[in-house]
Amino acid sequence: MSGGMPPRSSMPGAGDGASGEWEVVIGLEIHVQLSTNTKMFCSCPVTFGEEPNTMVCPVCLGHPGTLPVANERAVEYATRIALALGCRIAEHTVFHRKNYFYPDLPKSYQISQFDLPLGLGGRLDVELDDGSLFPVGVTRVHMEEDAGKLVHAGGATGRIHGADYSLVDFNRGGTPLVEVVSEPDMRTPEQARAYLTQLKGLLEHLGVSDVNMEEGSLRCDANVSVRRPGAPLGVKTELKNMNSFRYVQRGLEAEIERQISALEDGETIVQATVHFDPVTGSITTLRSKEEAHDYRYFPEPDLVPIEIDEAYVERVRASVPELPAARRQRFVADYGLPAGDAGILAANRPLGDYFERVAELSGDARLSANWVTGDLSAHLNSTGVGVHESAVTPEALAGLLALLGDGTLSSKLAKDVFQVMLETGRDARAIVDERGLGQISDVVELEGIIAAIVEANPGPTEEFRQGREKVLSFFVGQVMKQTKGQANPKLLNELLRKHLAG
Amino acid sequence: MEVFSLTARACRDLLGSGEASATELVDLYLDQVERVDDRVGAFLLVDREGALAQAAAVDAKPRAERLPWEGVPIALKDLLCVEGMETTCASRILKGYRPPYDATVVAKLRAAGLVLLGKLNMDEFAMGSSTENSSVQLTHNPWDLERVPGGSSGGSAACVAAAEAPWSLGSDTGGSIRQPASLCGVVGMKPTYGAVSRYGLIAFASSLDQIGPLTRDVSDAAALLDIIAGKDPMDSTSVGLPAPIALPTRTDLTGLRFGVIREFLGEACEPGVRRVFDGAVAAIHAAGGVCDELQLPSVEKGLAAYYIIAPAEASSNLARFDGVRFGHRSEGASDLIDMYSRTRSEGFGEEVKRRIMIGTYVLSSGYYDAYYTQAQKTRTLIADDFRRAFGQVDYLISPTSPTVAFRIGERTQDPLAMYLSDLCTIPANLAGLPAISIPAGLSDGLPVGLQIVGPHFSEQGLLEAAYAVEQGLGLSDLPPIAEAAR
Repeated sequence: MSGGMPPRSSMPGAGDGASGEWEVVIGLEIHVQLSTNTKMFCSCPVTFGEEPNTMVCPVCLGHPGTLPVANERAVEYATRIALALGCRIAEHTVFHRKNYFYPDLPKSYQISQFDLPLGLGGRLDVELDDGSLFPVGVTRVHMEEDAGKLVHAGGATGRIHGADYSLVDFNRGGTPLVEVVSEPDMRTPEQARAYLTQLKGLLEHLGVSDVNMEEGSLRCDANVSVRRPGAPLGVKTELKNMNSFRYVQRGLEAEIERQISALEDGETIVQATVHFDPVTGSITTLRSKEEAHDYRYFPEPDLVPIEIDEAYVERVRASVPELPAARRQRFVADYGLPAGDAGILAANRPLGDYFERVAELSGDARLSANWVTGDLSAHLNSTGVGVHESAVTPEALAGLLALLGDGTLSSKLAKDVFQVMLETGRDARAIVDERGLGQISDVVELEGIIAAIVEANPGPTEEFRQGREKVLSFFVGQVMKQTKGQANPKLLNELLRKHLAG
Repeated sequence: MEVFSLTARACRDLLGSGEASATELVDLYLDQVERVDDRVGAFLLVDREGALAQAAAVDAKPRAERLPWEGVPIALKDLLCVEGMETTCASRILKGYRPPYDATVVAKLRAAGLVLLGKLNMDEFAMGSSTENSSVQLTHNPWDLERVPGGSSGGSAACVAAAEAPWSLGSDTGGSIRQPASLCGVVGMKPTYGAVSRYGLIAFASSLDQIGPLTRDVSDAAALLDIIAGKDPMDSTSVGLPAPIALPTRTDLTGLRFGVIREFLGEACEPGVRRVFDGAVAAIHAAGGVCDELQLPSVEKGLAAYYIIAPAEASSNLARFDGVRFGHRSEGASDLIDMYSRTRSEGFGEEVKRRIMIGTYVLSSGYYDAYYTQAQKTRTLIADDFRRAFGQVDYLISPTSPTVAFRIGERTQDPLAMYLSDLCTIPANLAGLPAISIPAGLSDGLPVGLQIVGPHFSEQGLLEAAYAVEQGLGLSDLPPIAEAAR
């Protein structure tokens, strides 16, 4: 399926059990809500957090006689995702009906794709913490519609069985989804997490989704099995709906541990859907796949097949923004950034855009990268604020860097000013002027101070004149003390030598 | 002004000349419904107030500002959604359901100013050929009240035959317009798949369903088709027609070749039907047309393919009737599955359940290829047969139904005998072709229809040909019950 995969045996990662080595096999199914204006098959707005059942119409409520009409923008976004993952775009792609009864599914079938999905056979190169690249095959990329949301009142389990009553909110029903199915190429929970992180970054980059796991715009199911190295694939379980990156990793760890200890106890793994409880850290089996639904897929007769020509693919390809890997290379080549900084900036599209703006305004790319990946990122990470919401705009940061560049501020002072900028949103020049923080670069002023200090310290002056260079730092210290650290160090050095030389 | 003599065009002319007001016309039809419908049983709902209000609004407008068809009454098969008007598909499961929107065809009727008289009986969810599968009532054939009107658009055909409405809309999935039109002695037309929007037509089988007119004559069918046809942004499968439909004028069939489908003249075809059909062939000859027998070897498999594809789609289309959001919900269920199961057991009739079961079965994993895939291949073969045939002839003809109207109850215990009613009509649905049934004469006092099938989007030509045959046959028979009003 996925071309260019290294042989399985070269993959790192294994789970060690009491009875020896186990190999873990993980594949992920990612559901992405597209950030289109309207739903997949009707013109209701796509929203989050609105009053229940206010963003609905006869079509997305599945009223008798209504018909779906495919959202062109959603098809375009899905094509963008498939192209960014290196998939082959189908010339002829078909929607199917997936039939099952559930109260959150208004038509009692989900319009999805089956054997003729939009994209097939792609790959995502995942960068691991050590900087190495690890390819994960993408089996398919297909389009479908989301279901509504159920709320179960009463009952102990929070599930429909045993609830006193259940309420349905169809606002989410019909939201466009893209499902990205990976090959079972991951061997550790860390790899799974890295894949998910990278995919999230990519989707964000493409501007096709909010990719917010907490709000459910990015959802992850994992297929997990374990086997002895070299043995055929083991029986897999499906770990459902983990709503954070951390839970994905922890859930996988817990399920792998459960499978290994079951097998070592001589039990067999039953194909099932399992759920990870992040509070207790335990795994519960939701339903056995033995009584799995027969979804009775068949081509959706209410929609015509989508025929995609080369011109369309090229048009969408042109709309795909520069991908992280290409951007990283460009940042290294064009700006001379260290690979690490380039990687950080390329992985996060808004941060990368921010950097490029600062670099352009300041004319110093490396300095810009230092600040964006350093002080700015530290602040964003600690406050959880997105870069586009930062109190310091690229223009403001470039202003600060200009003061640093012309010697008005020392590095140390610049950091202090930056903190004030973050807190107040004011610009660097205003802060410097108001607080009198600018470096003293005035030759006359500095010469006056130096002359007085030299005169007051004839001993050290004599020592310097006899060649003891180290004494210079004594004088620097004295001047800095008197100027509260605001003396321009370079200028100070120059003037001191002149005065001490007599 | 006598209601039994009125076509829709005649209604239009009376309104246009000022000889009748819209209110008078509506009253005329409501009176006829009052007089005969307790015996015919065509209407499920008569919207007296709504119709009179609509008519009053028309009458309040100066005649010069009215649209051509404004004020002409019409009645609708009860699977077309009308905002706020109970729409049930003659099923218990939709009892009390009032759609929150108008079907596209209903919006088009409103835009043209037609007055909605009410909703017409049908086989539940359009599944049947006699209207006996209605959960509400029987509809009786106006020509013989002991007999069925055909189906599933039995109410739509019977109400036109009994002059309870000048025209009506029905839907045709495997013959549901043409077969009842044939059995009731009226004109019924199924347009090319995609000519008319299906938005708001409660689906039976999405890839086969088409809405079409049931009228007193071919010209009215042309006029009504022109009102309802068109591409609809709400229906991805709609394409509309290449040009507006004009009233047909052709009376000479010189230069046209008609293919007689030999497969439909076999054992299943009653001698009386054959006799009337032969008369129609003679009329075509007399008008200058040429008729040749033709073989379409795959059409005989049409019935089998249809009874896989249609139930398969229906099993999915009808899954939304689950008791969660609208329609019937069983009380006292113990849990979700029990609620689904009771709601659907109580809400659906036997034939609907049978087809849901068949459809569920043929889509099941392990059976899909043997049934559904095979049926789709058969469908392609049938379409190919037609394509080849239209390389040799302009139109294909056959009896619409192999028999005249049968007695009520005669086939209810034998689903396969009932399914055979649609033998001649199903292939046009499978191939998506336009087809019309026109009255061709009587056999023992019961109407026999002639079916004419044309190539995709040949509606104008098909109507011209049908009009010429209609003129040649020169029929004006009406059932006694319609004229009893005299």
